[in-house]
Order: sequence, then structure tokens, then C-alpha cells
Amino acid sequence: MALALTDEQMAIAQGSEGAGAAMTMRIVADTARLMGAPRLIPIASAHIDGALYHGDSGTLFAEKLVEGSGKVKVRSTLNVGALDLMGCSKQRMPPAERDMAKRMMMAYEAMGCEPSWTCSPYQAGHRPALGSDVAWGESNAVVFCNSVLGARTNRYGDFLDIACAIVGFAPDYGLHRIENRRATVVADVSGLSEALRRSDVFYPVLGTWFGLEMVNSIGVVDGLQGMPNDDNLKAFGAAAASSGGVGLFHIAGVTPEAADVATALQGKPAEKTIKVTAEMVLGALKRLSTTSDEAIDAVAIGSPHLSIDEVEALSHLINGRKLEKTIYACTGRHVIRQIEANGQRAALEKLGVTFVADTCVVVTPILPAGDGVLMTNSGKFAHYAPGNTGYAVQYGSLKDCVESAVTGLLTRDNALWR
Amino acid sequence: MALKADVLLEGHGAGVVLALTHPISFWGGVDPKTGLIIDARHPERGQSIAGKVLALPGMIGSSSAAAVMLELVHAGRAPTALLMPEPDAILLLGIIVAREMGWAVPPAYRLGAEEQRALHGQTVSIADDGVITVAG
Repeated sequence: MALALTDEQMAIAQGSEGAGAAMTMRIVADTARLMGAPRLIPIASAHIDGALYHGDSGTLFAEKLVEGSGKVKVRSTLNVGALDLMGCSKQRMPPAERDMAKRMMMAYEAMGCEPSWTCSPYQAGHRPALGSDVAWGESNAVVFCNSVLGARTNRYGDFLDIACAIVGFAPDYGLHRIENRRATVVADVSGLSEALRRSDVFYPVLGTWFGLEMVNSIGVVDGLQGMPNDDNLKAFGAAAASSGGVGLFHIAGVTPEAADVATALQGKPAEKTIKVTAEMVLGALKRLSTTSDEAIDAVAIGSPHLSIDEVEALSHLINGRKLEKTIYACTGRHVIRQIEANGQRAALEKLGVTFVADTCVVVTPILPAGDGVLMTNSGKFAHYAPGNTGYAVQYGSLKDCVESAVTGLLTRDNALWR
Repeated sequence: MALKADVLLEGHGAGVVLALTHPISFWGGVDPKTGLIIDARHPERGQSIAGKVLALPGMIGSSSAAAVMLELVHAGRAPTALLMPEPDAILLLGIIVAREMGWAVPPAYRLGAEEQRALHGQTVSIADDGVITVAG
């Protein structure tokens, strides 16, 4: 079916709202045609991943929109940029690149986006309503928005997110349509030990397995009723979206479109049911670590950005001890403001924690240059750190990460996995 | 031998086909400045996609792929054409935006993973209508 634009939309494409809106309407319409969308639908909000500097081209695009008077029409939060504008951490960037990265971030703010600068916008007060259509970018934000909030978004890439926010419309296809949100695969994890299923360290590993197994299919996990919290779901989704193309998952009895397995399947039979075994999960666990080297050079946590609860947990586990190796704790300014007010930021920094705000250690050079070993409790950091930072990875729980940072040597409790 | 692919983004292209054996995430998987595959776990790590007819069996990962593609086009390190089993909105958006910026962009065509494999290493030219001709 060919794309039908309304008179209003055609007028925007021809410049009725300025050159910036015209360019973004053409981009939205071209994408809609490519994906076979019959029309554009109004959106309630956007989360913009496009303000992360990957090179001068993105800055030139954003500034072209600003020159053309581009302004967002809906609430638009910003994902991370390449710079820590709060000044918590330092980026090793040449001045010319730093300047272009800053110009890019300022261009997005000039278009009316909120300076949230976080990949956990859903923990910073941006939680669109169940069933609403939105245009969200950044793979973990997308999967959380679809799966945990039940708002409907495709995986909007850079540029399309801001384009949709400026025109206030998105192409009607994919996960905006309820029939495409149906699970076709059931992953039954009830055979795994309850202690494992109730542990934080399990969720990035299960997410990694899930992403590799589903690739682009939609799955429903059964056997986690009453177990995962918001942070576990965040970690699961981020890992699944890194190892596979997962944009939506369901967890029976937990996520809003999956009161039970049959609801997630929309009453149709499953195409495949997988009885998840300990061996399958161990395979994913092994994949997360890329080295057997036990000397740790740094620890990174907070992908996606830490919640206030996770900072609390960090503080509790460190328990006043001085760290031998730095823990880079990535979070948003919504958390930084709270831990500045309660004194936690200063207390943890004194012990050897470096907070990273507005950005994170795998998207911009913050870790000391070199090819050391990075320990993390994040499936997403484990996935991206080798390619983006040059560091090899050891994966473990938050407790393992803290203990390893205290001594500088890998300390890992493997009991849960046996 | 001639093969016909559906046109996703118009244009023609020619070059040696690099058919990846595993899906790739452009962000974290391809260096935007050089076009080299940098994903440590990817089987084709170290190879360059610049100037190739890049055949993708599938896409995974980050929604920043479009930014990497735009930067590859801007840096002159983009593939000369793309083959993919299904249109990937995120990756192709990088090309749509590059075109809006007035830069020269590679075309994209729909072609299944098995047909892609058969073309690996061959020099091909792809016409505006999607007809793929193997040289020699």
C-alpha cells in the first residue's frame, strides 16, 4: 500500500513550517515508504538518541535543523551525549572533536529537547502511558518502553527520532501495530534454580541468551512471576537488545501485555517453546567475559544508567572501604542531583568511585587509554567494551565488581551458577 | 549470470561483494572513520566495508547504526551498495539523511542471505532496476 500523507503533512514537507520541519517530514515519509507504512500516526513523546557524537556529520545535520527553525512538537528527552556536561568525569578527546560534540549537544537543546542526557529516561520521570504511540531511540530505552511500559515504539535510530519529534508523527508500521506485538516463542525458565532467578546477576545473562536466541523474534519468558524489579528488567532488556535485535519482550505475569503466556501469544499457538536449561544460561555467561586474566584494571557499572537504588546498593557493598581500582559509575543528572544533596556523591568519590554523568564509558573515551581488563555487571558494557574501548571484559555481580575493585584482583562468587 | 534484487533505495553500484557470515551491529561493530569491522566477536573482524558491495544477512544491536552510516558516507568510507534480506530502517536512515544533506549515497537492495553468500568475493555491478551482473 502506498503511503498516503494528509494535506497538513504534505504542506509541512513543502515548507509550511520552515526548512527544518520540511526536511524532517521528508525523512519521516521516506522511511515510511521504505517500511511499507500506509500512513503517519501522531506520537505522544520522543526519546532522542541522535545527540551522541560519532563524527562531524551528525553535528552538521543537527545544526542544519536548527538553522531551519526545527523545534520539537512533543515531549522529547535526550539520551547520552559524548561529554559529561556536569563535570563529574573527564573525556580524553581532542579539542576539535570536543567542540563538535558540544555543538551537537547544544543544537539538540536548542530544538527544545529536555537536557535529561540519560539512557534510563524511564527512571528519570519519562514513562509514556500503556498503549500510547511514541518515537523512542536507543536500543535499551526502546525495549524498556515497549516491554515494561507497554507504550508502542519501533527502534528509532538517530535522526528519525528527532525527525518524528519535530513533525509530531511517526510511520505506522511494526511495533505500533498490536498484531505485531504478539510473542511467537515461549522461553520457559522455571527449570532454573529459584535462587538464580531471584539474583540480580542473572538478568543480564538471561537477556544475552534471549537476544541471541530470538534475534528479531518476539518471545515471552515464563517462570519469573513476582521476581524481577525495574532494574532487573532494565538489565535484561539492555542485554537482549545488545546481543540480538530485540525491541520488545514479554515476561508472563510481569510485563503489561503478558498477564499470562496465552495473552502474550494473543491466543494463538506458540511457534516454538524452549525449556531453558542451566547449560544454555552458562553458555551466555561464558560469552560475557572475554578474558581469563584475573588482574582487573577498572570496573564500570551503569549501562543502562544507574538508578538511585543501584547507587544505594553500590554504597552499601563498598561499606566505607577504599578502592584499589576505580569504579566508573555511569548515571544521569537526575541521580547526581539526589546524591549531591544527600552527600553520597562526595563520600563515594573519596573512596575511589568516579561518577560519569550525561554519558558513559563505552560511548566516549573516559577509561585510561590501553588494553586492560574491565570488570562489569552490565551485559551491555560486556558486549560493547571490547570493540569500543579496547578493554577485555570480566563479568560478575555488583558484589563481585566491588570486591574486585577493593583488591584489584578478580573475586567472583560462582555458587549460583553451579 | 544475472540476478534481480528489489530496489530499496535507488541508484546503481559496483564492486567486490563482501557477504558477512553473521549479523552485525554498525555501532560498536564498524569504525565510522575507517570502515573497518571492529566487533571482537565478529567472524569478519578486521575487514573493510569501504568501497565494497556489502551483503548483510541480518542486523543486530544499537539504534546508532544510522549515525555510523552517515559518518561513513561523509568520510568517504561507505560501501558502494548494500544488500539485505529485509529493509533495516535504522541503517538505511543514515543513507536517507545523507541524501538530504546533499552527499553522494550508496543504493540499497533486498536480497536473501543465501543468494548473498553465492555472490561473496565476486565483482558485480547492480543496475538502477536491481539487476545484478557478475563480472567475468
